[in-house]
Amino acid sequence: MAGSTLEIKNLHVSIEDKEILKGVNLTIKGGEFHAIMGPNGTGKSTLASAIMGHPKYEITEGSITLNGEDVLEMEVDERARAGLFLAMQYPSEVSGVTTSEFLRSAINARREEGDEIPLMKFIKELDKDLDYLEIDQNMATRYLNEGFSGGEKKRNEILQLMQIKPDIAILDEIDSGLDIDALKVVSKGINKMRGEEFGCLIITHYQRLLNYITPDYVHVMMQGRVVKSGGPELAQRLEAEGYDWIKEELGIEDETVGQNA
Amino acid sequence: MTVETKLPYDRSYIEQFSSQLNEPAWMKELRLNALEQAESLELPKPDKTKIGKWNFTRFKHTASGEVETITSLTELPVEIQDFFDKEALPENLVIQRNHTVAFAKLNDDLANKGVIFTDIFTALREHEDLVKRYFMKDAVSVDEHKLTALHAALMNGGIFVYVPKNVQIKEPLQVVFWQEDPEVALINHVLVVADENSELTYVENYISNNQNEETVANIVTEVIAQDNAKISFGAVDNFAAGTTTYVNRRGVGYRDAQIDWALGQMNDGDTVSENVTHLVGDGGSANANAVTVGRGKQTQNFTAKIVQFGKNTDGQILQRGVMKESATTIFNAVGKIEHGASGANSEQTSRVLMLSENARGDANPILLIEEDDVTAGHAASVGRVDPMQLYYFMSRGIRKEEAERLVIYGFLDPVVRELPIDAVKKQLKQVIERKVN
Repeated sequence: MAGSTLEIKNLHVSIEDKEILKGVNLTIKGGEFHAIMGPNGTGKSTLASAIMGHPKYEITEGSITLNGEDVLEMEVDERARAGLFLAMQYPSEVSGVTTSEFLRSAINARREEGDEIPLMKFIKELDKDLDYLEIDQNMATRYLNEGFSGGEKKRNEILQLMQIKPDIAILDEIDSGLDIDALKVVSKGINKMRGEEFGCLIITHYQRLLNYITPDYVHVMMQGRVVKSGGPELAQRLEAEGYDWIKEELGIEDETVGQNA
Repeated sequence: MTVETKLPYDRSYIEQFSSQLNEPAWMKELRLNALEQAESLELPKPDKTKIGKWNFTRFKHTASGEVETITSLTELPVEIQDFFDKEALPENLVIQRNHTVAFAKLNDDLANKGVIFTDIFTALREHEDLVKRYFMKDAVSVDEHKLTALHAALMNGGIFVYVPKNVQIKEPLQVVFWQEDPEVALINHVLVVADENSELTYVENYISNNQNEETVANIVTEVIAQDNAKISFGAVDNFAAGTTTYVNRRGVGYRDAQIDWALGQMNDGDTVSENVTHLVGDGGSANANAVTVGRGKQTQNFTAKIVQFGKNTDGQILQRGVMKESATTIFNAVGKIEHGASGANSEQTSRVLMLSENARGDANPILLIEEDDVTAGHAASVGRVDPMQLYYFMSRGIRKEEAERLVIYGFLDPVVRELPIDAVKKQLKQVIERKVN
């Protein structure tokens, strides 16, 4: 099998009775890198959270399937074990649980009871990825995200991505708050995942991340919908000209959710 | 006034009991006076918990039949073997079965240096002066309330630890109080004295199996750290549901002394626990760490208190509790800085995690400060498992139950990790696992 397929059709999502997504259509296949761009408040992060199953978001219409299986019927953990991963914009801090314990539990959750990952093998692979992401070894024994800087939290999300090796990853503003060096390291980690078996949806409102990770497809979100799709050249044009030309083209005055053209 | 609770044992019983143990005359006298006081004194009044109807007086005082000596630790029940690391058995260990020592071992080198590690009755006979000097004098008084008086009158077990001046013990001293007879009360006295410039680690485990039979544990622990002494005190209390427990662990620290407590309070029955440290001398410090899991219908009241008399003293209280089913727990954290204790610092954190709608938990932070030139801080919270944490765990494929388990252990970990012996830490984790699942 050449990778998984995540298919989002006519997705409508509300939070506290306010409709944020108003019919999103998107298909991501193994081997493809998609970028979703758009200004703040247009529904990008809502899409990420809805795919993963964040408890606050309600799906009112549409479907999400992974290899034909109904994702919306699955609990959050089942979605993850089916192959989905979300690098969160604001990951929780968990006192008392070390990064290494957390990762081992995540890896073992995908394995049968009695077939847990041998400790030495786990440590070896963890060390390798820590080095690759230029993360201090002691992060593994620190409590998960507790007292981490913004940059450390993002690196930790990518560390988890590399360790868990999902089929489809959604990266929600993985670049926000990163300085250029950290951005390079994080991008290096994401690029290492590239392959036929791995599909990725990168959510960002800065074009600069895409200087380091070249997407195959670029989508622009406004008013809770994908309003424009294209190749990497679309990102370049957005970098050069901003979003106004799209708004003009589509007759949009206020691109945020709750507004209609 | 009228006293409703009739005392279970009388003067002549105590005289006889004391004689059988060949106790010195002053001890017998102390017991008899205590009995008299117990009749008129009232029960302690732990903040926000009514204990008037709790059973502190209905129990059997002595076990019937002889206790067999244990020659090998493998003869012990599995739940007690869990207290030890099989690969590296403790160098220094006492196992008290009901009220009798069933196993005792002390490293020769320590014995040669004058370290005393023996049951309280042997200590009363062989180290009478030392015991007399400290027994219910500097830390806990006989006449504080009915339970301390009853304790003194009816003490039926315990340990004496003495570390002479300038002796630093690296290997822990470990005691297992195994209350095997389900109906017999454990009225246990632990007296730990670290003389000047000495150092020790002491860890105790209480265990019983009386799910249905009612009995009582009345425990008084006195921990004395002389000038520049350092005591690390760990405990895992694991009395079964039938035992009503009063446990009083009190420390006194003199100049530059340090007393660190790590208490795993895992009883299944109703429990009143007070852990008080008096920092008498300048420069002393105390860390009071305690963790509990409440389940079933049990009611528990925990007080951690550090009273600072000395200048530049440091008092740190850390309490964590997990409440499930219909358990009720009150956490009182009291930091008290006396007049004259300039430069003192008092910090406390109490956190309660609620796992059920019917559980009740309360954390009361109290700072009493009578000196200007000090620093102090407190934090207290009662909350539920954070749904965002669960979402985060589950988004990595971890099942909900496992996620909750990790969050709960994580919540307790800052205290659990303070326990001084790895085997006991592991054992505490097992008890937590049993109580949480």
